[in-house]
Amino acid sequence: MAATAARTDQTPEPARRLTGAQIALESLIREGTETIFGYPGGANLWLYRYLPEYPQLRHILVRHEQGGAHAADGFARSKRGSVGVVFATSGPGALNLVTGLATAYLDSVPVIAITGQVATTAIGTDSFQESDVIGSTMSVVKHSYLITRAEDIAPTIKEAFHVARTGRPGPVLIDFPKDLQAAVTEFNYPEEPIRLRSFPPPPRPDAARLRRIAQLIREAKRPVILAGRGVIISGAEETLLELSHKANIPVGWTLLGTGAYPVTDPLALQMVGFMGAGYTNKAVCDADVLIMIGMRCDDRVTTKLDSFAPRVEHLIHIDIDPAEIGKNVVPHVSVVADADTALRELIPMVEPKREHEWLTQIDQWREEHPVRFLNHNGLLQPQEVLEEMYSRSQDEAIVLADVGQNQIWAALWFRYSRPGLFLNSGGTGTMGYAFPASMGAKMANPDKTVFCVTGEGGFVMNMQEMATMVENNIAVKVLVLNNRSLGMVRQFQDDFYEGVRSAVDLSFTPDLVKLGDAFGMKAMTTDKLEEVGPMLDAALAHDGPVLMNFDIDPLANVYPIVPLGKGMLDFVEAE
Amino acid sequence: MSQTRLLSVLVENKPGVLHRVASMIRRRGFNIDSLSVGPTEDDSVSRMTIAVHVGKQQAEQATKQLSKLVDVITIDDITGLRNVAHELLLIRIHAPAGQRREILDLIAIFRGRVVDVAPNTLIVEVTGSTEKIDNFIELVHPYGIKEAARSGAVALVRGDEARIRLVDFEIGTDVTERSAAPAQGEAADTTGTV
Ligand SMILES: Cc1ncc(C[n+]2csc(CCOP(=O)(O)OP(=O)(O)O)c2C)c(N)n1
Repeated sequence: MAATAARTDQTPEPARRLTGAQIALESLIREGTETIFGYPGGANLWLYRYLPEYPQLRHILVRHEQGGAHAADGFARSKRGSVGVVFATSGPGALNLVTGLATAYLDSVPVIAITGQVATTAIGTDSFQESDVIGSTMSVVKHSYLITRAEDIAPTIKEAFHVARTGRPGPVLIDFPKDLQAAVTEFNYPEEPIRLRSFPPPPRPDAARLRRIAQLIREAKRPVILAGRGVIISGAEETLLELSHKANIPVGWTLLGTGAYPVTDPLALQMVGFMGAGYTNKAVCDADVLIMIGMRCDDRVTTKLDSFAPRVEHLIHIDIDPAEIGKNVVPHVSVVADADTALRELIPMVEPKREHEWLTQIDQWREEHPVRFLNHNGLLQPQEVLEEMYSRSQDEAIVLADVGQNQIWAALWFRYSRPGLFLNSGGTGTMGYAFPASMGAKMANPDKTVFCVTGEGGFVMNMQEMATMVENNIAVKVLVLNNRSLGMVRQFQDDFYEGVRSAVDLSFTPDLVKLGDAFGMKAMTTDKLEEVGPMLDAALAHDGPVLMNFDIDPLANVYPIVPLGKGMLDFVEAE
Repeated sequence: MSQTRLLSVLVENKPGVLHRVASMIRRRGFNIDSLSVGPTEDDSVSRMTIAVHVGKQQAEQATKQLSKLVDVITIDDITGLRNVAHELLLIRIHAPAGQRREILDLIAIFRGRVVDVAPNTLIVEVTGSTEKIDNFIELVHPYGIKEAARSGAVALVRGDEARIRLVDFEIGTDVTERSAAPAQGEAADTTGTV
């Protein structure tokens, strides 16, 4: 690499004239970044040239940019207030981020992606490794910037962090041409807070509407609360608990809202919707006042739209994003605000109350429609593995789940007695998310146990990150629920696509223990229930990442489930 | 019930903003009837006038999704307000000597202008509402239209006050201030709507 261009720019103090690359790195430090997941290439080599000069920035060399994007996402999701950072080079490097950005976008995760771009003079000429990254990512980021002048680098990075973390969070991409990484200019980090006339801060909750909600709660005979990821993002878990206890309102949640409410609480329902608990769906369908907080109410929640909450007289929606209000269901009362702020202001207006009959009814449904599994054949059941795992979680381990059956099982068996972190790609349903994201979660929470639950299909999609995990001794405990098929798709084919199994057989999945060995990752396998607990204990005792393969019943299914095209009350249960 | 809604959108005058707006509208499945964009009295701001064919609820969704774009400053749904919404039409009409008189009379009724004269054709410029332009095209159709170019609508609401005024940004206050006075009506532009 010819470093001559940079050598001349080395004069440090007093003028603080720095290269664009240095300015970017110093700006990241100013924004509180400590960890960067990234991958180098021709268009971001100036960034990598200067990276070693900033030891306070820990760079993790991932083995695929998608892994980097998910890791940054897992980092941000698991550490409130933090922003995940990922680097990639131009062209293929940047394009490898797309799925990771889409995943973060749909689940409202603050991530900053800094992509190298060809030199400003070469843009538009189809030069080597040039691609239109702004155009390619436009619909999967909250906002994006192409830097065109060296003096814009610091203000752009500052603004990007502001946009990523303000209001409804989301990923922001900065496309950074390589000539500007080398260009020298004065470094002045803008001190004033960012104010953008086109991006106002979220509004304060409307007091009159909150009073109306309090009144509706008072009058409600059959109230239900549903909590989404917005509750977790805003840190409103305790406030939600206080509200529900004050007025004795049962609380259910979305897949992404898992962890927002203590599952063992007497007022807890369970996950709602397509694969939600039968008793939760019943409660929602019978509710007269339904309060949705920090959720989008997508089709996985509503199932067939007109089957959703048919008896509701007052639908209340609290969300920070005005575009979510009325997008899928039209509420009678809505509040656009941060969930925690809204609930804090609502609580004093709410009178203590208890609808005995309603709560008794719900208890009865809970008994009639428990979330359960049955072991008919003596084969290892996925829920048995999860029960062993969760019994070792101390109700505080961070759990990541991938996509498919494993995800739903892990969500339904997550039964913490306090709010907790259950991270998954609920919006895009990105297979291959959990494994790299769990690296990010562990990096952000070195003192916490991090479990990664995944199917073998999703695991192999990003298994290259074993190298990253081993190299950096990122001690994630990975549980592969191996059913030797694309289980969720297999279940759909069996039940909804006329029983024809097509392209779901994964018997050719490699031997994961040997694979772990090849990567230097401690790996174990079993198909026996009595070995599950000891294996988990050994994994937890091991100081480093561990890959556990569990050969489970290949025909284990997810229950309850609402058959495709059916309504909320048409759920089918385990039998 | 679908109708054409007219959105008046102020955006930051930055590269790529048209792409962002168009891409959002496409992604959310809204149909654009027309879109015009140009500078305003303020160098840093452009105005887009977007005619979208949507139902009322969809229009609200389109407006909210547009507002979320970081480069969009404000959106005003001016459908049904007393607004002036004008399009520009340039049209090359077959106009041999024998028919010129008649065509020129039509142009006069529509307050159009002849901007180019060639041996057998005229280029005519007409501005006005979509309806007026549609009418004009219909009436000159029999003479033979060689070519036509038509802009999207640009629009402002009638009255003394600016509908949307950009005010100094202060944390916690709205970026926009709508004029309190209801839009004052002037006689509607009915020129040429025969
Ligand atoms: C990237 C990606 N491709 C395809 C899908 C569709 N899909 C959803 S679940 C699933 C099966 C997942 O199989 P596996 O990872 O083995 O997990 P299991 O369902 O068996 O627990 C597939 C293919 C997806 N969600 N993501």
